[in-house]
Amino acid sequence: MEAVGLSPVLAVSAVLFALGVVGVLTRKNALIVFMSVELMLNAVNLAFVGFSRENGTVDGHVFAVFVMAVAAAEAAVGLALVILLFRNRVTVVLDDLDRMSG
Amino acid sequence: MSESVLFYLFSFLAVLAGLSVVMQRSPIASALSLVVCFFALAADYALLDAHFVAVVQVLVYAGAIMVLFIFVIMLLNIREPGPTPFGLISRRGLLGIGVAALLGVGLIAGLDGLVHRPAPELPEGYGTIHNIGEQLFSDRYLLPFEAVSLLLTVGMIGAVVLAKREV
Repeated sequence: MEAVGLSPVLAVSAVLFALGVVGVLTRKNALIVFMSVELMLNAVNLAFVGFSRENGTVDGHVFAVFVMAVAAAEAAVGLALVILLFRNRVTVVLDDLDRMSG
Repeated sequence: MSESVLFYLFSFLAVLAGLSVVMQRSPIASALSLVVCFFALAADYALLDAHFVAVVQVLVYAGAIMVLFIFVIMLLNIREPGPTPFGLISRRGLLGIGVAALLGVGLIAGLDGLVHRPAPELPEGYGTIHNIGEQLFSDRYLLPFEAVSLLLTVGMIGAVVLAKREV
């Protein structure tokens, strides 16, 4: 069995992170922006797992589990905010939310 | 098939699905692409000997979090956005892609500096629930673990308070 090296893991992680950045910077739909953030968190998890295996310790796995727990809390609060937003403004398009801009 | 071939295969699938998340017109298609991406990443974790993380990825991410997303998308019943849903060809779109491409190229260029060393011998039972549980409940991670439980409670209460009609 030929094992996977560290470089390909980090390269995949970097590509996924960059895709998440594209989503956050270019999309107008708040829900898709949230999903892009989840994509970035997953890219970081992949890097954690890759480094963990390189070191032969399991600390990176523990961090990955923590990241997932924080992501779950973030998704719950974020989606509640989206629901609140939709109830008040009937939109999830981020460009329409300019009431606080000067 | 060797491990690395499978890894490249699932990584390709993950990147493809990630691209689809960013490019899809409707949020529900994005969400389903994200589920595919999460499953492919779970396979990658399993190939990297992170068995517990792979299972949690499927249960928590592909299960709980994405169900929450799809619930909200269907609850809101958002109509299709205007004629240019991507916004990728606008000034902001090009700027965003440029920044992200710069970041990605920078991160990948940084890989050149990595010192390659032979992979260490992984101990017996590496990445299993037993192994991670021992670490998680050791003195090192016990406090963060309890803090995460508090965070989840606060997040749950916060979500209920925010989404309730009248407090």
